[in-house]
Amino acid sequence: MTTTVVPPDSPPSPPPPPATEAKSATRPGDKIFRGLSRGSGILLLVVMASIAAFLTFRAVIAISGNEGNFLTTFEWNPAGNPPVFGIAVLLYGTVISSIIAMVIAVPIAVGIALFISHYAPRKLASPLAYVVDLLAAVPSIIYGIWGALFLVPYLDGLNSWLDTYFGWTVIFAKTEIGAARNLFTVGILLAIMILPIITSVSREVFLQVPKMNEEAALALGATRWEVIRMSVLPFGRSGVISASMLGLGRALGETMAVATVLSPSFLLSGHLLDAGGGTFAQNIAAKFDEANEYGRDALIASGLVLFILTLLVNGAARLIIARRKEYSGANA
Amino acid sequence: MKLPRKNRLRASAFGALAVSGALLLTACGSDNNTGTTGGTGGNTAAKNVKCDGAKGKLLAAGSSAQKNAMDLWVKNYMAACEGVEINYKSSSSGEGITSFTQGVVGFAGSDSALKPEEVAASKKVCASGQGVNLPMVGGPIAIGYNLPEVKDFVVDAPTLAKIFDDKIKKWNDPALVKLNPGAKLPDKAIQTVHRSGDSGTTQNLGKYLGKAAASDWKYEAEKAWPAKGGQGANGSAGVAAQVKQVEGSIGYFELSYATSQSIPTAKLNTGASAPVAANAENASKAIAAAKIKGTGKDLALSLDYATKAEGAYPIVLVTYEIVCDSGNKPETLGNVKSFLGYTASDEGQKILSENGYAPIPAEINAKVREIVAGLK
Repeated sequence: MTTTVVPPDSPPSPPPPPATEAKSATRPGDKIFRGLSRGSGILLLVVMASIAAFLTFRAVIAISGNEGNFLTTFEWNPAGNPPVFGIAVLLYGTVISSIIAMVIAVPIAVGIALFISHYAPRKLASPLAYVVDLLAAVPSIIYGIWGALFLVPYLDGLNSWLDTYFGWTVIFAKTEIGAARNLFTVGILLAIMILPIITSVSREVFLQVPKMNEEAALALGATRWEVIRMSVLPFGRSGVISASMLGLGRALGETMAVATVLSPSFLLSGHLLDAGGGTFAQNIAAKFDEANEYGRDALIASGLVLFILTLLVNGAARLIIARRKEYSGANA
Repeated sequence: MKLPRKNRLRASAFGALAVSGALLLTACGSDNNTGTTGGTGGNTAAKNVKCDGAKGKLLAAGSSAQKNAMDLWVKNYMAACEGVEINYKSSSSGEGITSFTQGVVGFAGSDSALKPEEVAASKKVCASGQGVNLPMVGGPIAIGYNLPEVKDFVVDAPTLAKIFDDKIKKWNDPALVKLNPGAKLPDKAIQTVHRSGDSGTTQNLGKYLGKAAASDWKYEAEKAWPAKGGQGANGSAGVAAQVKQVEGSIGYFELSYATSQSIPTAKLNTGASAPVAANAENASKAIAAAKIKGTGKDLALSLDYATKAEGAYPIVLVTYEIVCDSGNKPETLGNVKSFLGYTASDEGQKILSENGYAPIPAEINAKVREIVAGLK
């Protein structure tokens, strides 16, 4: 559809005003800018492709030497003889801790965003928004240290409470003694870490809701909650989903905070309150220093899986958003 | 706070100028004063350092277990030999060896000797020779515990193996009561803490347990923690923090972490007349019992973990400096010889015992000096 059709009855002599317009479209500045932006786009694709190629190349070396099953082995010993390693525990830990983080963070973040955008008095709203944004600027190692020294001891109480009253669910049964350095704690820490980004994007989206919609609902006698339920939330839904996916992206790849808080082990356990488990990023951080060349290839292979996982999550998010395009604030 | 636009530009230009100027000046500084002999530096400067042949920069990398010793050595050496810049990047033994076999560094620090395949890899870098291990720093690995009411906790190798293997689960286990007569051991679960990442400290503890408690510790001595149970923590600092935090826990780390955080350390019942405490002096006695297993110029040590010598603390870690025995790069050879000559000297080794490390015994140390002097 890019071929231009010349109109049959075009006048032979070019009219002066369009000619100057056409001239202005090919000014050198435009050319340079077009070149630059096209170049940046292509550069991005090249960078992504080369990352993928590098990961795949090293991963193939690692996987071809692996004596265990890469997908189902519950062990990480690429330096052993024979080398054995598998990602089952890492995949499970990454997904579970991210799910916990999402379950906790999304409702709270939406609540904060609604409060800031629709309930709070203006004097309170902007400092609150600022404080939430500030949370995003705290480096993850700080969260890690805070988590290990403060959160973990304090979660012991919550853990034994959950064990007492919800132990029958198996998930919350604590079968081992020891500090709360488990996937549940990691999930809570990740929830705190992804809160600001979800809040801040959701708030922006809620502020984009056309005033007419809200005023119309109010005029019909709706309460403020009804306005939010009937006009703000439907309008903001796709925005909240994209915000959550951004947060999920951070939760999936979080490294140092998890490595500091978690007590890793290569056991697959349904007991979330027992210490153990691991995530891709945490495992890479813990093992990379002392790994030999082959061990690094193995870690890179696990990194490739994380890369694919992230691509899948982002793809899924795009699909969901595309389906709800009519409400999208981002595309408006 | 906001400067007008023009002023801001001017300010940043000034900043850039200042930074580049400073870089230029320091670059000149390190180039011009080559090979001044003798020390004229600060009061910490070493006195008997031979700086001849040393000039310019020397990069080194490796084990973080010897970081504090290295920092002191580098500081003293650079104060004595002006114009020489030594940069030891303490990351991990694995990374040190990798940088060495890639030819990036003049020497590497490692808390375990080179493996055969690593020696093979080193032959590519050492044109006419190969990488050799020179023992330079020793140190005890302390067993830290957290039991407020117990002062002098004593273990022996088999019980320690059973504790870390999750076979002994309570502090008032009969085996522990027998070793600690009179101590008020609580009826409390033992929480073991180990390193979560791969680590030379783990490997050295594994070597000890494997030799001294062969029937209770069946695992290979590897860098990854082999046993099930217990909790993992990130780095020696993480293990120490965990032990400090959780009552009833026990873990292992280099002695300096125990002293700096005042964590009590267990004494070892080695079969000597009295239980041995973890300190630099006792570690040196254990290293003195070591035999050299390396051939030629390689001085890799084989430690006697089952030693019953009086006052010898056998859970020790020896860090090696890894260099090419011949075929060192001409631009680093002078620096390596001069710097390692200083670290192996009486003066260099004396600093160790003052800082929680264990000096290498005189007999082995003499051979190290001989080899350092003959590096090509």
